[in-house]
Amino acid sequence: MGSIGKPIDRVDGHLKVTGHATYAAEFTVPDLVHAVLVQSTIAAGRITGFDLAEAKSMPGVLLIITPDNALRLTQAKGVQQAVKAPLLQDRDILFNGQHVAVVVADTLDRALAAAARVRVRYQRDEAVTDMDAMLDQAYVPKSFRNGARPADSRRGDPEAAHDAAFAKLDVTYITPIEHHNPMEPHATIARWQGDKLTVWTSTQGISGAQTTLAGHFGLDPSQVRVICPFVGGGFGCKGNTWPPVTLAAMAAKMTGRPVKLVLTRAQMFTSNGYRPRTVQKLRASAETDGSLQSLRHDGFSLMSQPNLGEFCEPVALSTEFLYACPNVAVSHRLVATNMPLPTYMRAPGEASGMFALESAIDELAAQVRMDPLAFRMRNYAENDAHEGKPYASKALMACYTQGAQAFGWKARGAAPRSMREGNVLIGWGMATATYPTNRQKATVRVRIAADGSVLVQSGTQDLGTGTYTVMSQVAADTLGIPVSRVRFELGDSALPHAPVSGGSSTVPSVAPAVAAACEAAAGKLRDLARSDPHLGWGDLDASALQVREGAVIGPDRRIAIAALLARRGQSFVDATSESGPGDEKKRFSLHAFGSHFVEVRVDADLGEIRVARYVGAFDVGQPLNAKTLRSQLIGGITYGIGMALLEETHVDGETGRIVNANIAEYVVPVHADIPAIETIVVENAESRSNPLGVKGAGELPMVGVAAAIANAVYHATGMRVRKLPIRIEDVLGSA
Amino acid sequence: MQAFTLTTPDGLESATAAAAQGGRYIGGGTDLLQLAKNDVETPDRLIDLEPLPLTEITATDDALRLGAMARMSDVAAHPAVVARWPVISQSLLASASPQVRNMGTIGGNLLQRTRCGYFRDTGFACNKRAPGSGCPAIQGENRMLAILGTSDHCIASHPSDLAVALIILDASVELRATDGTTRTLPLSDLHRLPGDTPHVETTLAPGELITAVSVPASRAAMRSHYLKVRDRASFEFALVSAAVAVDAGAGTVHDIRVAAGGVGAKPWRLPEVEEALRGRPLTPKALADAAALAGQGAKPASQNGFKQVLLRRAVLRALQTATA
Amino acid sequence: MSTVSRRGVLGATLTGLALAPQRGQADETTPASPSGTQAPSSPARSAEALDIVLQVNGSAVPLTVEPRTTLLDALREQAQLTGTKKGCDHGSCGACTVHLDGRRVVSCLTLAVRAQGKAITTIEGLAVNGTLHPVQAAFAEQDGFQCGYCTPGQIMSAVALIDEGHTGSDAEIREWMSGNICRCGAYPNIVAAIRGSVQEG
Ligand SMILES: Cc1cc2nc3c(=O)[nH]c(=O)nc-3n(C[C@H](O)[C@H](O)[C@H](O)COP(=O)(O)OP(=O)(O)OC[C@H]3O[C@@H](n4cnc5c(N)ncnc54)[C@H](O)[C@@H]3O)c2cc1C
Ligand code: SF4
Ligand code: FES
Ligand code: FES
Repeated sequence: MGSIGKPIDRVDGHLKVTGHATYAAEFTVPDLVHAVLVQSTIAAGRITGFDLAEAKSMPGVLLIITPDNALRLTQAKGVQQAVKAPLLQDRDILFNGQHVAVVVADTLDRALAAAARVRVRYQRDEAVTDMDAMLDQAYVPKSFRNGARPADSRRGDPEAAHDAAFAKLDVTYITPIEHHNPMEPHATIARWQGDKLTVWTSTQGISGAQTTLAGHFGLDPSQVRVICPFVGGGFGCKGNTWPPVTLAAMAAKMTGRPVKLVLTRAQMFTSNGYRPRTVQKLRASAETDGSLQSLRHDGFSLMSQPNLGEFCEPVALSTEFLYACPNVAVSHRLVATNMPLPTYMRAPGEASGMFALESAIDELAAQVRMDPLAFRMRNYAENDAHEGKPYASKALMACYTQGAQAFGWKARGAAPRSMREGNVLIGWGMATATYPTNRQKATVRVRIAADGSVLVQSGTQDLGTGTYTVMSQVAADTLGIPVSRVRFELGDSALPHAPVSGGSSTVPSVAPAVAAACEAAAGKLRDLARSDPHLGWGDLDASALQVREGAVIGPDRRIAIAALLARRGQSFVDATSESGPGDEKKRFSLHAFGSHFVEVRVDADLGEIRVARYVGAFDVGQPLNAKTLRSQLIGGITYGIGMALLEETHVDGETGRIVNANIAEYVVPVHADIPAIETIVVENAESRSNPLGVKGAGELPMVGVAAAIANAVYHATGMRVRKLPIRIEDVLGSA
Repeated sequence: MQAFTLTTPDGLESATAAAAQGGRYIGGGTDLLQLAKNDVETPDRLIDLEPLPLTEITATDDALRLGAMARMSDVAAHPAVVARWPVISQSLLASASPQVRNMGTIGGNLLQRTRCGYFRDTGFACNKRAPGSGCPAIQGENRMLAILGTSDHCIASHPSDLAVALIILDASVELRATDGTTRTLPLSDLHRLPGDTPHVETTLAPGELITAVSVPASRAAMRSHYLKVRDRASFEFALVSAAVAVDAGAGTVHDIRVAAGGVGAKPWRLPEVEEALRGRPLTPKALADAAALAGQGAKPASQNGFKQVLLRRAVLRALQTATA
Repeated sequence: MSTVSRRGVLGATLTGLALAPQRGQADETTPASPSGTQAPSSPARSAEALDIVLQVNGSAVPLTVEPRTTLLDALREQAQLTGTKKGCDHGSCGACTVHLDGRRVVSCLTLAVRAQGKAITTIEGLAVNGTLHPVQAAFAEQDGFQCGYCTPGQIMSAVALIDEGHTGSDAEIREWMSGNICRCGAYPNIVAAIRGSVQEG
């Protein structure tokens, strides 16, 4: 049998195509009232007063919360964010769009209308909005990668090597502020029953939400239940427990009614993070034979005011290990501004940093007149020189060759502007993808019922990534039953603990725990069978018994689980297993890899850039489900196409307020932007990264897309664009 | 949205009579409701145009008449429009999305308001929305905004694609005032330049209803074309667009009309290009020379200087396509 | 002149809240402007409650709404038909797509009161007696989604697009599906699902 790797239909597909999948805002809770956030219109200063008379007098208004009457919250352990201004705890304003009040009314229409009539008076201070002018005041992150490593690293002597090298590059790449914009706006329903809080919220981390809320309201985590069976996309912005969740709970407590708080699309631009703007200085050099001599990657990342927390886009981490290069130095710096706190956004650091690195590699290849793919192969790293370890597995060479083959890379004309059809310039570009394999502790409970059906439970999340499906498959295969006999439950903090779904870690963390718990439950069945005198298996080794097809199977015969349990007067067996990282991280460098090959077509006169053809080849270790995996791959590539050509948040320099806080003018790809995409999953059966050999595929496919497209635009037009998004005006000169 | 009442008139007369007491017409509601949700528009009363007999599309030998409540999608798909006024159909199909086109009306489309992000967010100053508060776009985010017809008070661009197509066809709007009197206005006189009153956008009297748009038939209209340039391949407002109509029998340009979108404070006719071609032989060089004249008097803002170049190229491409 | 019936105050009837009717406040003052901005202001107004009946998926659904209530909010917040999604509330994402008299529209820019007398079809109305509509089945089979949040809108649009006959080529399908944004990027699979259901149908 075996479902692993097969293109199985999503187990929750039926719910999703019928509209019956229930997202956070869609739970029916009696007596519900609606809360709407009010946000600041200045970026720095203080609130001097509120004029609430009009809003309070409007129909249906139940309560208006401001810093003057907000519940005081405690800052406790496990709280992922500073409680400061964004939770209405004081009158300071640190960014434009900061939450300054919450209006609660009996209907959504009325809450929205009244929120628009809350008047706030401010004392306005000068706001810092222009990061680029502040680079000389950049500072070292206080807690880079949560303190797991320093912000800088260095090996060899990049400066000397650079000076001596034949081909040199010394350039700056820029990536803009980008917003996750999942289609489901962030939503919370909060209900208090006595001192117990239940929260239905759209989150990538129910356990984080639970501890954060418990911390803020001075509760034990067991008093807080967080429910989230479906997430309408997250991409990082639902990873932290952002203020709206807490404010919804506060509003529910203050009104004594269950409260629903759904962000407007505009509020999604200021309430739950964004990818910060980065300025990346790249100094790189190579010899005439194409051997890389030095890499220096200095990343500056836009930050909020430091007292809101800290997030640094770790742009240069891939630079440390991706290529065989003896002299490498990287640094990460932050620039404080009056913008909201940035956060993880799909492939944080890799997506932005690899735009710079993989563009620079292309530039160097051009300087030494080498094919960009050949140049990368020339500098292929067999080991991770930064960590000084072997890779657990690395099938990048296969990604290169298979991707190139499928794309027809051989036929590429070497010179820029060498491929043209009428008004259309054709360009082919490629880039590498890489993303670390992350694993955290996860706990899973399995219950095998007398009828042979299996219930598997873990407090993890399904962001659309297929968690429900692949975990059901892992359980089914471990227990030798069809997937249809398994029910996987997630998204409830009452279930066994699992980590936040971020960093593509859900599958590597939870899948091994599912397998372990299923093994443990099967072990219990074997023990039952061996201790059953009628079966006469008492002397057998446990390994002589197999649990599959709803039965325990011994050398001579089989006994149905139902019969076995009935004889012992049990209706089920269950087991809970925790599984977490072993020493693999100490022994190996853990990464997934891939390659992108893209054809762009650029209108020579009008500058319109369209992606015409795409091939991506990926090493994700052991694929669990070919169908949901392909969806992740094309989804990541699509996200990358948006990053390359469309997406940019525009901040008004004067006020620090976002000008395109809507999804018509924050332009993301639509159907017409996305061609057929060929995805290749290269074979890589391994078990060194983790017991199942899975690497996670949520972020990997978007890493390198922007560079591949920038490289293709260069090939089409001869114009090297070192900032994203690449737009019409950047290539207009190319007529 | 602030609360409003909805009045459902039973005919033209009661519609305009209702408007005499204030309020706003609602056609498809696709722009008005967006603005109401943003608190940019706060009508206390809406007058529903849906029950009115204004949906008809009629094509005769001489003219096309589009009821003000005809839906964008119906006009775009109408066989006579496709055959004889293709630029209208093309401009509509390049607008918005299929869903929005099923809702949006011809009248509402002409009166949709600018997409300037400052205008649509009450957290910003904006002369158009709050007269006298200033125009932050001039020093701010203005890539999408206008380079022609702007003023020191407002540089917003007019967002309608359809209006650009209609303006080259010498369309006119049929109007009905609150007292029941009717008049016909050339479309080119409907929209006003911002000057120092950017909040006054049209020459309509308060409560004046657009009942129809009429478009004369012409040989040029039959060889007309709409080109829209945008970052995204679909479902985006124009960065620059060009509408052209040409009658060039026997290789000489008899009749030529050219206009541009995305660049003007209102739908922008380009007489300088037309004059350079009218009566001249239709040659590639003539087209190129004429297109190079497009956008005279342009005043780019800090981020949109490239629109001057793009405008000329878009005009040239549209001319080439229409005459190919 | 009006075709809709009116009655007292919404809160009292809808949620059981005992709230006194609030009539227009005459003493409205101009607000202190935050950043030199004058927000437009209008007197606080009463919210008019209207009893309406909508024809949703073949059933008559009685609702009490205000004139400003959108069809989307009426479906989601009152009729408990949450299959229709809110992504942007501004017409720019397509998540809220429903059919009105067989035509696809965005329900976030449709006033509920104006949908009276029209046949409204939502995602919940596509499957017949538990059997998926072919387009739904094709989406499930082709994995035309990930998170599923845009999916009802994509499917409603796809069903309409097939009726409209805009399936001549993949490029045509893409163009006519472009009003429906999928941030998970399932586009190629959605196109495959549509193509597949056309070929089978
Ligand atoms: C997401 C999105 C994308 C869009 N993209 C484009 C695009 O690319 N190109 C483009 O051109 N447009 C685009 N639009 C705008 C769209 O075309 C307009 O919203 C639509 O045409 C307006 O028509 P309506 O009937 O809905 O107007 P309404 O919203 O009903 O009305 C608009 C205004 O006109 C007034 N009005 C309406 N009818 C009349 C009448 N008969 N007489 C007098 N006054 C009247 C109303 O009072 C209101 O002030 C887009 C819209 C959306 C939502
Ligand atoms: S350009 Fe016009 S609409 Fe935009 S901010 Fe300035 S005044 Fe307002
Ligand atoms: S919610 Fe209606 S189009 Fe986005
Ligand atoms: S499936 Fe998530 S947005 Fe489309």
